[in-house]
Amino acid sequence: MKRALALAGWNALLLAGALLTLIPLLWMVSASLMPTGEANTFPPRLLPSVATWEHYQTLFTHLSVLRNFRNSAIVAVSATLLSILINALAGYAFAKLRFGGRDRVFGFLLTALIIPAQVGMLPLFLLLKTMGLVNTLVGAIVPFLASVFGIFLVRQYALGIPDELLDAARVDGAGEWRIFRTVVLPLLAPILVTFATFTFLSAWNDFLWPLIVLSDDAKYTLPVALASLSGEHVQDTELMMAGSVVTVLPVILVFLALQRYYIRGVMMGSVKG
Amino acid sequence: MKNSIEARQARAGRLFVAPALTLIAVFFFVPVIGGLVLSVTDFDIYAIGSPDTARFVGLRNYADLLANPVFWKAVWNTFYFVFVGGPLSVLVSLVAALAIHSRLTRLPSIWRTVYFLPVVTTLVAVAVIWRYLYHPRYGLLNYGLGAFGIPPIDWLGDPHWAMPAVILLAVWRTFGLNMLIFLAGLQSIPEELYEAAHLDGANDWGRFVHITLPGLAPVTLFVAITTMLGFFQLFAEPYVMTQGGPLKATTTIVLLMYEQGFRWWRMGMAAAIAFVLFLIMLAGTLIQLRVTRERAR
Repeated sequence: MKRALALAGWNALLLAGALLTLIPLLWMVSASLMPTGEANTFPPRLLPSVATWEHYQTLFTHLSVLRNFRNSAIVAVSATLLSILINALAGYAFAKLRFGGRDRVFGFLLTALIIPAQVGMLPLFLLLKTMGLVNTLVGAIVPFLASVFGIFLVRQYALGIPDELLDAARVDGAGEWRIFRTVVLPLLAPILVTFATFTFLSAWNDFLWPLIVLSDDAKYTLPVALASLSGEHVQDTELMMAGSVVTVLPVILVFLALQRYYIRGVMMGSVKG
Repeated sequence: MKNSIEARQARAGRLFVAPALTLIAVFFFVPVIGGLVLSVTDFDIYAIGSPDTARFVGLRNYADLLANPVFWKAVWNTFYFVFVGGPLSVLVSLVAALAIHSRLTRLPSIWRTVYFLPVVTTLVAVAVIWRYLYHPRYGLLNYGLGAFGIPPIDWLGDPHWAMPAVILLAVWRTFGLNMLIFLAGLQSIPEELYEAAHLDGANDWGRFVHITLPGLAPVTLFVAITTMLGFFQLFAEPYVMTQGGPLKATTTIVLLMYEQGFRWWRMGMAAAIAFVLFLIMLAGTLIQLRVTRERAR
């Protein structure tokens, strides 16, 4: 009896913590459906008197948020696909292919992990300007293409591939590219899904770099568009909450669908690293 | 035959790393060195049109920075955020991890997902949400505090409360990540240690202090360093919620860099700010590693 009480009390405590954690997100959804003005009342309302989609309509018609959504999707999806290929190749090669200077180069790459991205941002901006990539989506994608963290993640995983497997394919006369495509890629699939989830979420959520490199409303990604809208529409609480839902919902869904892989990535990056 | 296979492997290896290395060199290492060069020039809005007008000015940007009270304010604010917010976030993570790891907990994977959810949310969007939660009159936070008899606080309008408000949001958004890492650490502590301690008559607190905490030491170092490095780069929250105000109470080093570089186009000065940030972060990392090593002795 005493144990049952302790069990119930303990899990009620965890539930309270979970509610506290979720309140900002739940309130966001609720306020986004409130009629104009209802989120600015005292005492604050928790639920809309009637649910309305009007703020979502305003976002997608008057404020053309659809093109910002499209920009974000283009940036996040291309960054993800390209970075998987580029970093899988490099991570595998650093783990399994013998070539001169390999380990020294890899060690040097790791030093990049302690340099904050801000140090290179100003020259990177000037560099992209001379390349004509400022205010283009390509410019927003560029920093995500090659990732030291990604190479590290893939390399740690690829170390576990048995050499005999690769040598057997070599004896059969397969070229290195074919071995990579047909033997290695399928074996790396789990870690590549992990890395893809990471890249998608960080590219979608990124703010400082797209804010710097994109200068035109029509090119903004969702976070930049939302920050800019929130300056002009401070008073329109319900509208801003609808904008937040549109920005946050895709990453939450991607995370919930792939959380097994994402969580493994966090654990690999910490415990083994 | 053997040699040709090895030669082919080496060639393939170089080819496979070439795209990644080229991209990292061109878009990371070259700009980092460029940043160092930029920081000793007076590169400004005129130089963007014609770079020849930028001149070498030695350490003048750094000297100007050290003489600028706004810079010191930004350093102070950033340190406040890192050294109050960082430990707070780690502490909440540890408590959450211990709570989920407890034998009393039912369905731990569901709690884990819920507590982790804020980590994946878009920073700009949650800063927008929290700006309304912090509203002195209509915000949920003051309403909730009011239930305990606490008078309304002007969270983002009062220079004393603005940074605590930013810290609260940051703790909410980051604790799930470190919680996950602590959970991995807790799971790696062998159960036999606890059983042995139990036989030796150690109570719960004794087992926590002598088994759990030492068992978590390696992940704690990792968590402390990565949290510190992340917190030093505070930017989006004040940019969205307070624009660095009120009275510069939430102006951080990165926000100052952004304003100097991309609002006033004083890129030489902004590069110097970025480089100073790097030096501070490097020093912070080395100190933490040093302290941990000394303590291990």
